[in-house]
Amino acid sequence: MSNISVKDLCKTYPGQPPVKALDRIDLEVPPGEFVALLGPSGCGKSTLLNLIAGFESPTSGVLQVEQKAVLAPGPDRGVVFQEAALFPWLTVWENVVFGPKVQGLPKAEYEERANEMISIVGLQDFKNHLPVQLSGGMRQRVGIARILTLGSRVLLMDEPFGALDAQTRLTMQELLLSVWQKLKPTIIFVTHDIDEAIFLSNTIYVMSARPGRIQSKLVVPLARPRTVADTASEAFSAMKLEILNLIRHTHG
Amino acid sequence: MKTTVHFKQLMLGLVIPTVVVVLWQVTGSMPGMAGILPTPLLVLEGWHSWIFAKPGMGLNPYLGTWLANVEYSSMRVAQGFTLAALVGVPLGLLIGWSKFISQMFDPMIQSLRPIPITAWLPFSIAVFGIRDIGSIFLIFLGGFYAIVVNTTQGARDVDRNLVRAALMMGASRTQLLLRVVLPAAMPSIFTGLRIGLGISWTAVIVSEMVAVKSGLGYVLWDAYYVGRMDIVLADMVSIGAMGYISDRIIVFIERKMLVWRILQSH
Repeated sequence: MSNISVKDLCKTYPGQPPVKALDRIDLEVPPGEFVALLGPSGCGKSTLLNLIAGFESPTSGVLQVEQKAVLAPGPDRGVVFQEAALFPWLTVWENVVFGPKVQGLPKAEYEERANEMISIVGLQDFKNHLPVQLSGGMRQRVGIARILTLGSRVLLMDEPFGALDAQTRLTMQELLLSVWQKLKPTIIFVTHDIDEAIFLSNTIYVMSARPGRIQSKLVVPLARPRTVADTASEAFSAMKLEILNLIRHTHG
Repeated sequence: MKTTVHFKQLMLGLVIPTVVVVLWQVTGSMPGMAGILPTPLLVLEGWHSWIFAKPGMGLNPYLGTWLANVEYSSMRVAQGFTLAALVGVPLGLLIGWSKFISQMFDPMIQSLRPIPITAWLPFSIAVFGIRDIGSIFLIFLGGFYAIVVNTTQGARDVDRNLVRAALMMGASRTQLLLRVVLPAAMPSIFTGLRIGLGISWTAVIVSEMVAVKSGLGYVLWDAYYVGRMDIVLADMVSIGAMGYISDRIIVFIERKMLVWRILQSH
């Protein structure tokens, strides 16, 4: 049984000439899998994520999440945006409980969970802060806490740490690993950073651009749970070299 | 320390107005100047009795009638402007949000908007007569365009990812409008309200000059006809003060409501 199932998926944007963003994409993601979509800009990795999220609709092909065709965005697929996309007029707490609130859930049902998730991402002392008062890394923590509170079993992450400085990025990667270890959601993580893809995921789909295609599927040989030490291991370097060679052969 | 700096800035801003007023007083007191413009002291004297003197048996309308006229004009602005906000904000949100409503209303609003409110005066008198409602109609119209256009823009400029985030979390169309589009458009809405309020004050003065028989605009024109330039000048300053005060009220509300926005721009 597969959590996310993509078959022969194509996305073409109309224009003169039409732009083929995604060309015959096949993807099977089992529940609890941590998948990275790795590729240069313009390879359609964000488009693929937007399609799975339901923000855009495919031109042709099959796209199912938990055996159901994706027709619209929904709380079963939580999205973490590149720039966090928090509501700037709401506090951290109000942002985190936005989902359960608009769904009309009683307070008792989500309050405890929201508090727990805010603690997991380490923001218990910032609940009444506005997003503008937080650093970029902290805003992404809120972005993660809100979809965990939402209870999404599938997390779609669109280069969430791309805009952060190196130290903050590492902290956030470790945080994400511990969250995944604890809750085992299915994660699709879009990135153009090879190290990030290897460090975080179980399976890496390397994509190529124009038209956007999946070039190869690689399994990361690193054991879990992972630590920063893994990034200095031989297996890590070997995998990085393998990916670098793959990318060079197609774009050289 | 800080207050001294503020005080210095305030003093600096007062230099030129003070010079102008003193020059005006001196030249105005020269022989042969009387009858062209009253001196500042004469204006203050006329203003004082316009505010505080006991109303004379209807022979002199500029004794003790200031407050009543300020009230007439303010009430008209309050009514017309409130109506403009009540119609303009929701309509602007819907136009910015829904293509259907935009296609239905936007061409009409955009083609009526270039007609200056002053050009509506004869129409307004013909339809509503020399009555309050004619004046309120013009004030409404003046405020409405600015409010609706700015609100529309604000609703259109909502960050696409905020909308996506809300949909992802399960928000309905109505919730999206009220919980995302409306707060996101708030800064533009306030811009529209402030511009609209300014135009509303223009509209009330113009309409009172022609379409009703009371208020600061009526007094302005009437005093000019009977040669009371002191009252004309006092009236002008009163209008300016009322416009300033009402603008400050909106800014005060804006600062209370948009703390997130103020923090963002610092």
